[in-house]
Amino acid sequence: MSIPTTNHTEKIGNANKRKYLLEKVSSKVFLICALLSVFTLLLIIGFVFYKGAHPFVAGGYSFVDFLLGTDWVPSEDKFGILPMIIASIYATIGALIIGVPIGLFTAIFLAEIASKRAAKIISPAIQLLAGIPSVLYGVFGLAIIVPFLQNTLGLVKGQSLIAVILVLAIMMLPTIVTVAETAIRAVPKTYREGSLALGVSQIGTIFRVVVPAAKSGILTAIVLGLGRAIGETMAVILVAGNSLIVPTSLTDSIRPLTTNIALEMGYAAGTHQEMLFATGIVLFSFILILNFVLARISAKGGN
Amino acid sequence: MRQFKDNLLNGLLWLSAFLSVAVLVMIVGFIFYKGFGLISFDFIFGDYSPTGGGGILPMIVTTIYTIAISLIIATPIGILAAVYLQEYAKQGRLVKVIRFATESLTGIPSIIYGLFGAVFFVTTLKLGMSIIAASLTLTIIVLPVIIRTTEEALKTVPAAYREGSLALGNTKLQTLYKVILPSAMPGILSGIILSIGRIVGESAAIFLTAGTVAAMPESIFSSARTLTVHSYLVTQEAGDIELAAAIGIVLIVLILAINLSATFISKKLNKATNK
Repeated sequence: MSIPTTNHTEKIGNANKRKYLLEKVSSKVFLICALLSVFTLLLIIGFVFYKGAHPFVAGGYSFVDFLLGTDWVPSEDKFGILPMIIASIYATIGALIIGVPIGLFTAIFLAEIASKRAAKIISPAIQLLAGIPSVLYGVFGLAIIVPFLQNTLGLVKGQSLIAVILVLAIMMLPTIVTVAETAIRAVPKTYREGSLALGVSQIGTIFRVVVPAAKSGILTAIVLGLGRAIGETMAVILVAGNSLIVPTSLTDSIRPLTTNIALEMGYAAGTHQEMLFATGIVLFSFILILNFVLARISAKGGN
Repeated sequence: MRQFKDNLLNGLLWLSAFLSVAVLVMIVGFIFYKGFGLISFDFIFGDYSPTGGGGILPMIVTTIYTIAISLIIATPIGILAAVYLQEYAKQGRLVKVIRFATESLTGIPSIIYGLFGAVFFVTTLKLGMSIIAASLTLTIIVLPVIIRTTEEALKTVPAAYREGSLALGNTKLQTLYKVILPSAMPGILSGIILSIGRIVGESAAIFLTAGTVAAMPESIFSSARTLTVHSYLVTQEAGDIELAAAIGIVLIVLILAINLSATFISKKLNKATNK
């Protein structure tokens, strides 16, 4: 009698042991999967920075000359990216100036003014447009915006800073509208009712109560739109014109940081290739600074 | 004065909404108007011919390859990572670091991923410009998307489910795959579908890692073009707006189908779990 019982308990004991082992192993596997994103981030930063810093650390190139130099002639060993930095900054700021107010006002319109039926048709359509591949915005820009600018402004070449700004502004619209609309809709109804009950007009309520209450969501919308604009590459190549000059007017042809990488990576080698990674570092730093600044703003807004 | 200001702002709201809708309608209209003439059975299912004419089947096949490979790798890793963050980890420093890394990965522009892929997968791992190099790069791009959406889905699973299962003597692991994951499924699935959209729309990172060979890929180690890269190249090199727009139609229809199926699946599954 006693022997089978021991066997039985032993079996249970073994099964439990296996169970515990499985539990232990699986939780470790989950941990490794989670750590993989940390690992890839470090790998990406490591590779880009290692490659990009190499010419300055080991090759005797000056980083200041790289940032402030205005000549980019790889065949003559000249690597200055000031024109591209300025082009990127102008293009991004320009797109923000046009895209943010229009996108934000559209979001307010859809959430507060449009009839339910209209909003139900327009909002999903705009959401869908956020998913359209950005290349197509570039194709549209090249086929419609560039010739339009050429004809109305009498330009020799329609590919220009203003063309880039318009394409980027259009591209960020769906993102800004969708995210901002969600944020505005999330503002409790009582806020609006309270304000209206105090005799404030509908428009006054929207701009003095609802929008401030949705501030952090609206900021997120802007950040996401901005991220899309500053990192966009292929669509920009099609409408930028790629001239290596410091832009002084909206109609100048430009080459932003991203397009410099995409255009030359295919054939660049040696120091030239490393300088493209250095261009990547500059772009990377822009985005880090931007995220940091906006995180600060939204943290302040939250308080 | 106040009345005037209100009217002005109201007018601006209407004007902005009109502008947004008009511009977006114009883009879609333009793509369909320009490209529709080229759409035919032979265009979609025909092999590419470098002399012109020909179809886009190689690019469709390449796009499907990149979707399949990157999802096969990113989905399990992403889901398990999210499970760790939501179900296993003690909320502390380590979780904060992992979250920060995941969020940072989301913010990196795709051209930087392309640079990394070009030097790491293409050169260092000696995969060459190939579908597999592009797919691995895309895996990193969609990983944060899958982690975040899965985390959101896990958050919606009521604590009572977990407690009930554990009280019945199930282990944590059993609870996970019998109770938690099934009820988080709709959210996880829409995350995966979102990732497909991201992969289909990606161009810069693929351009730098898969190359531009316009032919039916022989294997996943061949260089090839996806639909978006093809659309870019025919515009940039040949100025063939009509062809680019026709590819655009295929892309838009694809994205539309992806979005609709995401909505459909999550509705269906939500109903099933609420029963």
